[in-house]
Amino acid sequence: MTEQRFVREITESKRRILILSFVVGGIFFLLLLRLWHLQILNADDYRNMSENNRLRFVPVAASRGAILDRNGEVLVSNQPSFSLAVVPQEVTNKDELLDRLAKLLGLDRAEMKERWEKGKGRAKYYPIILASNINRDQVEIVEENHLRLQGVEIEMKPVREYASGVLAAHLLGYIGEISEDELSTKGFEEYNPGDYLGKNGIERSWEKELHGIDGGRQLEVDARGRVLRTISESYPTVGNSVVLTINAKLQKVAEDAFGDQAGAAVAMDVNTGEVLAFVSKPGFDPALFSGKMPADTWKEYLEDKRHPLENKALTGQYPPGSTFKIITALAGLEDGKIDEKTTVNCNGSYELGTSIFNCWNRHGHGVTNLKKALRESCDVYFYQLGERLGVDRIAAMAKRFMLGAPMGIGLAHEKGGMIPTSEWKMKRFAKRWFHGETLPVAIGQGYVLMTPIQLASMIATVANEGTVYRPFLVKRIIDADGKPLKEFKPEAMGTTGISAEKFRLVKQGLFAVVNEPGGTGGAARLSDVHVAGKTGSSQVVKLRDSKQATPYQYRDHALFVAFAPYEKPEIAVAVVVEHGEHGGSAAGPIAGRMLRAWFDGKKPPSKKTAVQKNNGDEDTADEPPAPPVKKQSGNGDDSDD
Amino acid sequence: MIDRRLLTNIDWMLIGFVVAISLLGIMNIYSATTPYKIVGAPYYLKQFYWLLFGMLVVVVACSVDYHILQDFSYWLYGFLIVLLVAVLVVGRRSMGATRWLSLGFFTIQPSELMKIVIVATFAKYFTGVQTVDGLSIREALFPLGILAVPAVLIMKQPDLGTAVLVILIALSMAIYVGLKWSTVATFAVVTIPAAWLGWSKVLRPYQKNRILDFINPERSRLGSGYHIIQSKIAVGSGGVFGKGFLKGTQSQLRFLPEQHTDFAFSVFAEEWGFIGCLVLIILYLTLVLWGLNIARRCNDRFGSLLAVGVTAMLFWHTVINMGMVIGLFPVVGVPLPFFSYGGTSMITSMVGIGILHNISMRRFMF
Repeated sequence: MTEQRFVREITESKRRILILSFVVGGIFFLLLLRLWHLQILNADDYRNMSENNRLRFVPVAASRGAILDRNGEVLVSNQPSFSLAVVPQEVTNKDELLDRLAKLLGLDRAEMKERWEKGKGRAKYYPIILASNINRDQVEIVEENHLRLQGVEIEMKPVREYASGVLAAHLLGYIGEISEDELSTKGFEEYNPGDYLGKNGIERSWEKELHGIDGGRQLEVDARGRVLRTISESYPTVGNSVVLTINAKLQKVAEDAFGDQAGAAVAMDVNTGEVLAFVSKPGFDPALFSGKMPADTWKEYLEDKRHPLENKALTGQYPPGSTFKIITALAGLEDGKIDEKTTVNCNGSYELGTSIFNCWNRHGHGVTNLKKALRESCDVYFYQLGERLGVDRIAAMAKRFMLGAPMGIGLAHEKGGMIPTSEWKMKRFAKRWFHGETLPVAIGQGYVLMTPIQLASMIATVANEGTVYRPFLVKRIIDADGKPLKEFKPEAMGTTGISAEKFRLVKQGLFAVVNEPGGTGGAARLSDVHVAGKTGSSQVVKLRDSKQATPYQYRDHALFVAFAPYEKPEIAVAVVVEHGEHGGSAAGPIAGRMLRAWFDGKKPPSKKTAVQKNNGDEDTADEPPAPPVKKQSGNGDDSDD
Repeated sequence: MIDRRLLTNIDWMLIGFVVAISLLGIMNIYSATTPYKIVGAPYYLKQFYWLLFGMLVVVVACSVDYHILQDFSYWLYGFLIVLLVAVLVVGRRSMGATRWLSLGFFTIQPSELMKIVIVATFAKYFTGVQTVDGLSIREALFPLGILAVPAVLIMKQPDLGTAVLVILIALSMAIYVGLKWSTVATFAVVTIPAAWLGWSKVLRPYQKNRILDFINPERSRLGSGYHIIQSKIAVGSGGVFGKGFLKGTQSQLRFLPEQHTDFAFSVFAEEWGFIGCLVLIILYLTLVLWGLNIARRCNDRFGSLLAVGVTAMLFWHTVINMGMVIGLFPVVGVPLPFFSYGGTSMITSMVGIGILHNISMRRFMF
């Protein structure tokens, strides 16, 4: 580069900077010119427009998607509901208007006023809902008196209709008006005050699919709030529908089988993880939550000792009791501590150090091998096995079944249960683990807690011999025309890595529980299908030798887990009856009826009626050819521990 | 690291204008966010922290000689292209577009950094091109390619606003270097038929609609058309003296969209009127002219090109944002530098100021 060229270049670029400066100045001048035009020449017009800002956006809620069972039976759908709304900027005399509304429609004035106050602080053109769910007569009155009710509007919103009433209430959940808290939460930016959304259950977890896309009309209104013209309109898009894995018939049978008892039941397809029934009892009426909840019903719900509002299948954490012996047994087999021939002599109790641990059967089970220990739920056998294993080996086996953590069923607030380890105790209580604490753990007491979902998953994993499927509730998403949009596939969370042979040893024991004399689970026996299962009773409080009737809230929980058919398992069931005392007599029949219903549903109809009749008169579904089973667990007053 | 002599060369004009605009911005954000329900620290306070952090960025950006950019610009460019591709593959979706890339501990927006890097890359390339009469077609092809790759990647996110900005910044620099008439003519001959062909044959109807909505927001039914109308009402109703601080009805009643970010100027115009706007526009104009002045005073071609590019970035942000608010331009998500709420915008702009200051204080070194 020559010196001369360099100088030329520099001079040239300085000249260009000057030109650019003028261009920049010119463009900024244009901006000022435009501002002059807006703020000085047309200021009056715009000032008028801002004072009478009467461009109004009226949202039109999208129709919510439906919820169906696996066979397409509608569980939740919509029906229209009307709300009374007011646009504050168009009201001249608030008190007068409230008086008029209260008189004309017979609505509570104080309540309307309260809602009005709450709705303040938003743009004044935004309608405030004064009363939801008004009836058609009231709608008509408002329309007739429209001239005297300036600023009052009727809004139509689709409301949920629960086809089967309280069926699966906890699972389906309910919808409600968006709360102030939710409005300021991330993820709800697109919602407006007064919008409805899922609050709970499937309605909540699948809100994004179910909600649809709200539409709206942009209106220009005159000083009296009369619509002059619609500037633009966008139509709402109907939400997608959710098809559950639930079988509504099975769900119904299960809920009915509980009667007045509290508890939970979960049924699962053992080869996929599809949840076939998801029961929490007692139920509640979800329709009341989106409409107006009568105060006394609400009080009733809150005061009921059986906690109807709690989703026990999802958040209930119960000591699994003897059902946990399945895990202890597998840990023993896997660790080589026992085989099918190992025996223990049970004389009714077991001494460790200075403590005595009782078997539920004080007379003792005598010489007991694994099969007998499972069949008769011998505690001493598992105390000794537990002592030889230590708590951490039992916990390791439970971890292989993915216990001790939420299974990810896809509903909020799922609990994870508790599988204690020595390390956990050190962290939690800063104390080392004592040998004596392992013994209760071996029989599913002590610190061990499981949710009904985990109980079902555990028995399903035993049934399919090792695969832990993630339990799931939604089979597919379909659009309003029924076209499938998303299909959900089974997901294996892991495998236990235990040989089929060891599983079979345990399964033989579980078969014996239901089908052999002396088994504790005879109540779940079916005539035509082989059921295998395990009973359990879990202590709520330590009560010893009390001969009087125990108060309800201190009675033991009754548990039963089962799968069927034994030869080629399809379905797994877990039942917890809160304070039902004995697994075999309280939870077993419910499981039996669920299994009965499931296999009946698969049969050709002709045979079905005969079986149903047979089944109808007795809970236990015992069939004549089988010898009646003495309900062992009913014998002792302290059946477990 | 910093030569002591440099400390005596602090460009108080540059820093002064930036701080003045930022403080006006914070005051305005205070007003714009009063009708909001605030969760956590108030916006104006957060913006103040961003301003402090931004000043720190300026100090850091000054501490190293800007010629380091000359050595590394192509590497930076390559690195950012990789990031832009990564954004499309693994980026975090937010508000319907993928712009953010999570680095584990914090998220970055590569398209934002690209604005600065395209300036450095162009500056380096043009430094090597010896031309007095402007770029020939052959010389223009390479920078065109350099521009096209990130522009297309950013458009794919889709972030039309940033893509247009990157193109405008690059174009401004090319005009500063100069283009031969033959080059301009060739581009016209190639681009216009290609655009026509693309419009009629390649684009699908919904894509055309999107572009038409973009150009003419009043077309779209509920979205940007409504916002433009409300913004124009806000600005216009401000009149000569404005409605007064915290007294803007359009903003306080929340008729305005994004009123603390992209439409912050609209709130300001309503509350402070034409007089306020005049003051703010003069501040911006002076800032931009000062930037060009730094370019003029710099006797080093690379530095001068860098200064023009950074100034162009600030200029186009300002013009596009204000133009949008007063209904001259389509609605694009372009913030007003130092004035709109937001850390990303503040940091990018401050990096630019840091570079400008770096050039300004080293002008006597050559």
